[in-house]
Amino acid sequence: MSIIDFGQLLRLLWPEITIILAALLALSVDLVALRHSRLRLRFLAATSIASIGCLIALDELLHTSTQGALLDKILVSTPLTQLVQIALLVIAILTLFLAVDTDFTEHVGEFVLLILLATTGMMFLVVAQDLLVLFLSLELLSLSAYILAGFDKLRPRSSEAALKYFLFGGMSAAFLLFGFSLLYGLANSTNFVEIACAVQGHPFSSILILAIVTTVIGFGFKLAAAPFHFWAPDVYQAAPIPSAAFIASGSKVASFFIFFQLLVLAFAGAEGVASPVHFQSGWVPVLVAVAVVSMILGNLIAITQTSLRRLLAYSAVAHAGYMLLAYVAHSEQSLAALLYYVVTYALATLGIFGILAVTEKQLGNDRIADLAGLNRRAPFLSACLFVFILSLAGIPPLSGFFAKFFLFVSLLTVDPGSKLLLWLIILAIGMSAVSLYYYLRVLKSAFVAEASAEADPIQSTVLMRLLIGILAGGVIVLGCAPELILNQILKVIQASGL
Amino acid sequence: MLAWTIYISFLGALALLLLPSRSATLARLLALLVSVTTFALALLGFLQHRSGEMFTVVSVPWIHSLGIQYSLKADGISLTLLLLTGIIGICGVLLSWNIDVRVKEFFAFYLVLIGAVYGVFLSYDLFLLFVFYEIVVIPKYFLIAIWGSTRREYGAMKLVIYSFVGSAMVLVGLVAAYVVSGSRSLSLDYLAGYHFSPHFQMWAFPLVFTGFAVLAGMWPFHTWAPTGHVAAPTAASMLLAGVVMKLGAYGCLRVAMTLFPLGLGPWGFHVLGFGSWRDVFAILAVIGIIYGALVALVQKDFKFVIGYSSISHMGFILLGLMTLNQIGLSGAVVQMISHGILAGLLFGVVGRMVYSRTHTRELAALGPMHLSKVIPFAAFTFVIAGMASMGLPGFSGFAAELMILIGVWRSYPTLVLFVGFGLVAGVAYIWRAMQQAFFAGGPLVTVPPDDHPLPPISLPERAAAVILIASSVVVGIFPQIFLHVIHPALNSPMFDGLSKGGW
Repeated sequence: MSIIDFGQLLRLLWPEITIILAALLALSVDLVALRHSRLRLRFLAATSIASIGCLIALDELLHTSTQGALLDKILVSTPLTQLVQIALLVIAILTLFLAVDTDFTEHVGEFVLLILLATTGMMFLVVAQDLLVLFLSLELLSLSAYILAGFDKLRPRSSEAALKYFLFGGMSAAFLLFGFSLLYGLANSTNFVEIACAVQGHPFSSILILAIVTTVIGFGFKLAAAPFHFWAPDVYQAAPIPSAAFIASGSKVASFFIFFQLLVLAFAGAEGVASPVHFQSGWVPVLVAVAVVSMILGNLIAITQTSLRRLLAYSAVAHAGYMLLAYVAHSEQSLAALLYYVVTYALATLGIFGILAVTEKQLGNDRIADLAGLNRRAPFLSACLFVFILSLAGIPPLSGFFAKFFLFVSLLTVDPGSKLLLWLIILAIGMSAVSLYYYLRVLKSAFVAEASAEADPIQSTVLMRLLIGILAGGVIVLGCAPELILNQILKVIQASGL
Repeated sequence: MLAWTIYISFLGALALLLLPSRSATLARLLALLVSVTTFALALLGFLQHRSGEMFTVVSVPWIHSLGIQYSLKADGISLTLLLLTGIIGICGVLLSWNIDVRVKEFFAFYLVLIGAVYGVFLSYDLFLLFVFYEIVVIPKYFLIAIWGSTRREYGAMKLVIYSFVGSAMVLVGLVAAYVVSGSRSLSLDYLAGYHFSPHFQMWAFPLVFTGFAVLAGMWPFHTWAPTGHVAAPTAASMLLAGVVMKLGAYGCLRVAMTLFPLGLGPWGFHVLGFGSWRDVFAILAVIGIIYGALVALVQKDFKFVIGYSSISHMGFILLGLMTLNQIGLSGAVVQMISHGILAGLLFGVVGRMVYSRTHTRELAALGPMHLSKVIPFAAFTFVIAGMASMGLPGFSGFAAELMILIGVWRSYPTLVLFVGFGLVAGVAYIWRAMQQAFFAGGPLVTVPPDDHPLPPISLPERAAAVILIASSVVVGIFPQIFLHVIHPALNSPMFDGLSKGGW
C-alpha cells in the first residue's frame, strides 16, 4: 500500500466535494431561512444553490485536465471519465430545474440533497476501478434513488413503486455482491486490472461464469434490461416526475458507462463468442441474449400501453436492448456510440418528462388518450413532444437516428463478415420499425385527435418552456451536427484508451 | 442554387407555422409562392444543365469522423424528377385550395414533404439520402391522419409502417455496404466503385431493392398504396402517387442497382424457372402490372380504381429497370415523369373535382348524377387523363410505355405478351370508370337537388388541370427534351457496373 497523497486526493475529488458542500448549503438554507416561504421560491433557491455547485464542479472538470489514479488505482480519472461526469452534471442540473414547478413535496431541501447525493454517487461510480468502491458508489446512487422514487408521500402508488424498486434493487445488489465475492475469490483482489489478470489465467472456470452471470443480472436491474425490468414501469409511472426523470436519464448514463468499463477492464479475456458455430462461453453471449430479449419484449409490450409513462418505461427497456449491442461489439468506437446514444436518449427522456410535468398538473394523469388536442392547447409543448418522440423512434435528422446509425456501424465494424452481428442489426432495425407504431400513437393523440370542447389551453411557466425548449434544441442540434460532441467523445476515448 | 429548392421548402414550412395571421388565404398564397419558387429553381437548373451530366450543387464535410458528406449533386435523371416534383408541388397546392381546417399546418407538412422529396432526388451521399427519405415518412402520416377521409388512421399507419419497414431494409443494406467497404465514405461514387464480393451483392441487392420497391408499390408489398391513396386528402394522394412512389423507383435505380450490379447476375442455378434476382423482380413487376389493372377493373370506389392503376403503372417502371438496356431504363425514367403527372391529374379529378363536391366516390352513386353535364370540366379532364393513362399517342404514357415495351422485347420477349395484356386491361378499367362515373346515362336522379347545385370548378382547379395536361402533352410529343439529359446520365461512369453486365 502506497502512502496516500491527500493533496492529490483533494484535487481529484474537488468536484464531488463541491457538490456535497452545495447540497448541504441548499439544505440548510432551505431549512433555516426559507421554512415558511412559498414552495416555488424554496425550490428556486435550493435549485439555484445546487446548480451553482454543479456548475462550479463542471467548471473544475472542464478546466483542469487532472488525470491520474488514486489509492492504488481504486479511483482512476481520465479525460473520458471527466467527459461522462460533465454529462452527468448537466443532466443533474436539468433535472433539478424540472422540479421547480412541481408541488409534490414540501421537503425541498431534502429532495435537492438527495438528487445531489445521487449525483455524487454517479460521479464516483464513473471513476471507480475497484469492486468495493464501485459497489459503494452504486449503493449511494441506488439508496438515494429509492427514496426519490417514494418522495411523494401523499400518493400511495409512489410508495408502492419505491418499495418495489427497493426490493428489486436490493436483490440486484445481492446478486452483484455475490458475483463480486466470487471474483475476489478468483483474483484475491478487488482491483479491475488484477481481476483481469486472474480472469485470463482461469478462462472459463465455472466460478467465472457464475460471476459473469450474477454481475449481468445485478447490472441488468440497473439498466432496466429485460427480463430484469419489472420495477421500471411502476417507478416510471408513480414516482414524482423529477425523480422518475432522474432515474430514467442520469442513473442510466452512469450505469451504462461503468458496466461497460467493468466488463471491458475486469472481464477482459472472458468475452467468449456468441456465434452458434463456434460458441464459447463468456459475457458476450449472455449480453446478446439479454439484448435480444430486451429489444423484443420492450417493444412488443410498449404497444399495448395506455399510459405515457409506462410506455416510456417499456421503450426504455427496448433502448437498453439497443444499447447493449455496444457491449457486444466492445470496441472503442462502440463505446463512443454508446455514450452518444445514452446521452441523447437521456435528453429526449428528460424532455418528455418535462412535458409530462406540465400536462399532468392540469390533466391529472398521463394517459395517452388525454393528450388529445395538445397541439391546440399547448402548441409549443406539442412541437417539442414531436421532436422528442421522433428522436426516440429514430427518425432523422434528430439525434436518435444518428445514435442508432452510429451504433449499428460500430457494431458491424468489429467483424464485417459476422452473420450474428448482421442478424442483431436486422433485429434492432426491425424492432425500431415496430416502435414507430407506438410512438406515432402518442403523436396521433397529440396532433390528430381533437380536444373536447371544454378543453382550455395548458398553462406552463416560462422556466418550463425554456427548459423543454433547450432540451428539444439539443436533440435537434446534436442530430444535425453530431460532430459537436462526437469528436470530443472519440478524442477522449483515444486519449484514455480502453 | 438547386439546393435552395430544399431550403426554401423547409423555410416555407417554418414560416407557415410561425405565421401570426389566421388567414387561410395568406397561408395558401404563401405555400403557392414557395412551390412556384422551388419549381422555378428546378426549371432553371434543368435549363442550365442541358448536358445531363453529373454536377455538384453543394459538397461540404458533414460528419468528418465517419466520412459522411453533405453532398448534393444532380444529373439528368434527378433533374427531370426535380422538375416533376416542382410541377406536382404547384398543382397540389392549387388543388388543396379548399382545405379549411388547420390550413397552416396542412401546408407546413406539405412543404416539409416536398422539401424532403427534393432532398432525396438531390442527395449524393447515401446517409443524406436516407435522412431525407425518412423525413418523407412523417408528414405523410399526419397529412393522411388529420385531413384524410375513409379509414384515415388505419391507412396512414399502414402506409407509415410499410414505408418504415422498407427503409429499415435499406438501412441494413447501407450499414453493411458502408462497413464492408471500409467505413470511409457513403458517397455514391465511392460505393458504386467499390467491388463488393458477389456473395455480398447477392443478398444486399434484393434487400435494398425490395426496401425501395416497397415504396414503389411492387407487388406483393403494394397493399399500403391503395388504402393510403384512398385515405389521403387530394394533395397528399397526388404527392404520394406522383412523387413519393417515384422515390422508391429512384432508389432502386440510383442505389440498389448501381451499388450492387452483380446482384442482378445469374445465380448459377434455377429455382422454379428463376435464374436470377433480375428474373424474380421482372416477374413481380409483371404481376404488379396485370394484378393492378385487373383489380382496378372491379373496384366500386372511384379512388381505388386510380389507386390500383398506380400499382399497375409502377409495375411498368420496375419492369423497365429490370430490362437493363438503355431504352428500357430511359423508358422507366420517362414513365416516372409520365405517371407522376397523370396520377396527379387523375387523383386531382377524383379527389378534388368530384369527391369534394359529391361527397361520395361510389361509382354506382356517381353515375346517376350526370357529372358530365354538371361538371363538364371534370369530365373533360378525366377523359384526357384517361386517354393519356391508356397510352394514346401524343401523351406522355405512350412514349414511356413504348420505350419500356421495346426494352422488354429485347430482354424478356415472352413477357411482352403479358405486358400487352396489362395494357389492354388498362384501357378497360379507365374506360369502365369513365363510363360509370361520368357518362352512365340512365334516368336523371337529381341527387344534388336543383336548389343545391354542385359548385362549379374553381380557377385553381382549372389551372392545375391545365398545367398537368400541358406537361403530359409536352412529355408525350417531345420526349427528346428529357431523353437528351437522361441518356448521358445513364451512360455516366456511375452506371458502369450495370452497363457492363447488361447492355
